[in-house]
Amino acid sequence: MGPFLRDAWLVAERDLRIEARSRVVLHQVVPFSVLVLVLFGFALDADHRTLRTFAPGLFWVAVLLSALLAVQRSAALDRADGTDTALRMSGLSPVALFLGRATAVFVQVVALQVVLVGGLLVLYDVAVEDPLLLVVAGLVAGVAVAAAGTLYGALASGLGVRETLLPILLLPVLAPVLIGATRAFDDALGAAAVDGWSWTGLLAVAALVLTVVGASAHGALVED
Amino acid sequence: MGTTTGTAAGTRDTTGSPRSRLLGVVTLLAVAVLGVLAFVLTDPDVRIHPTTGEEFGQFDAVRMLYVHVPLAVMTYLAYGICAVASVGVLVKRTPWWDVTAHAAAEVGTVFCGLVLVTGSIWGRPVWNTWWEWGDVRLMTTLVLFLMFTGYLALRRTTDDPRRQARRAAVVALVAVLDIPLVNRSVEWWENRTLHQRSTIGELKIEDLTLFTLFFGFVTAGLVLAWLLLHRFRVGWLEQAALDHGVAAAIAERHAETDDAEVLRSVGERAAGEGTSGDGEPGS
Repeated sequence: MGPFLRDAWLVAERDLRIEARSRVVLHQVVPFSVLVLVLFGFALDADHRTLRTFAPGLFWVAVLLSALLAVQRSAALDRADGTDTALRMSGLSPVALFLGRATAVFVQVVALQVVLVGGLLVLYDVAVEDPLLLVVAGLVAGVAVAAAGTLYGALASGLGVRETLLPILLLPVLAPVLIGATRAFDDALGAAAVDGWSWTGLLAVAALVLTVVGASAHGALVED
Repeated sequence: MGTTTGTAAGTRDTTGSPRSRLLGVVTLLAVAVLGVLAFVLTDPDVRIHPTTGEEFGQFDAVRMLYVHVPLAVMTYLAYGICAVASVGVLVKRTPWWDVTAHAAAEVGTVFCGLVLVTGSIWGRPVWNTWWEWGDVRLMTTLVLFLMFTGYLALRRTTDDPRRQARRAAVVALVAVLDIPLVNRSVEWWENRTLHQRSTIGELKIEDLTLFTLFFGFVTAGLVLAWLLLHRFRVGWLEQAALDHGVAAAIAERHAETDDAEVLRSVGERAAGEGTSGDGEPGS
């Protein structure tokens, strides 16, 4: 492993270790995401047929709202006790810093998806028709969410209004990811007759662009 | 570069200048002429079906396109200027680029909002709906509008101006990535849009219709230029006021302390250090 990847892994490991010890995502974000699924069930009058039809969209709305909390948590970690200043002074490359943070957020988003898929199976009575598509689309969309979330988390970091500003900035950027991921899950869960793999291809392009832009722009955001 | 307005901040209470007033008058005249051309002189879009003989087409709704299409193109232009200026912010790091980016984003967002409104008004009689969720171009334009709404929200936060400029530049550069999607969506997702493909390149529209459309582009361009100029000047004055405030605060701080008093206190401290402790200065 080169020094660059080692630095990135160091940051990811640090974020994940903090999460493993504090368990904020496990104890707060995961219950919140399940709660969102339950509320959708109440709102749609607990009709299984309706829930199955709209399950992909409801799933991804729940993922995005929960990911928002995970991103805010990730950005807040570096504000505590001047950690951001210490990281800047440490000589770590901003790109490695970005990739490390994004990797940690990615792991958390994937964990959220695993829990929420379980929620869909149990609460919404959905059946998985194409497991491979489900996994690939979930992972690719997870990369896009993590990359955009890490970039905008760093961007809103340090602002007094970051809790309200971050959703306004991040959710429009993730809207195309929501559309693509919902269509891919429509196919994987058999909710609609669409070509899920072509939507997954579009998701991959979005994930690549957001990762490259995020890694390139991160330096301008953390340098002072 | 409009900096003269900034230097004259204390003496002038307007962002206008003789040339910008002339531009304003020409713009107003162009808007009036476009109104007459689009809503009075051009014909409605009425065609006769070759076999049934029935009338079909967009009828009077087509008039809205003389405003809608030029506004859309000028939205791209304004956001394009914002993107270039944002690169300038990250590379050159001067306030001029930042003020330009902010002005272009604000004016572009007004234009983008008008594009959505005029499109919706046009869509009601032609598509039989105010809003079509399945239309890719409509969705990508809405996303673009929302992204720049976020940009303007970021601009309203209180932050260090240099840091805010860099953050806003990054947001703008991510947001403009949506413009190619908006522009090419009609071709890329042909079966998921109600928008028609561009016909200007093929010159299917003719005579007064074509002239009115191009006049619409000129008029929208003039409105954009006039608004950009004045928004830039307002931004530059804000920048000047900020600099002036900092300079005034420094001067006030200096004035609070008499120079002779400073020298006397420094001298007393030096003398005190020289005689203190074990008699070794600086020990």
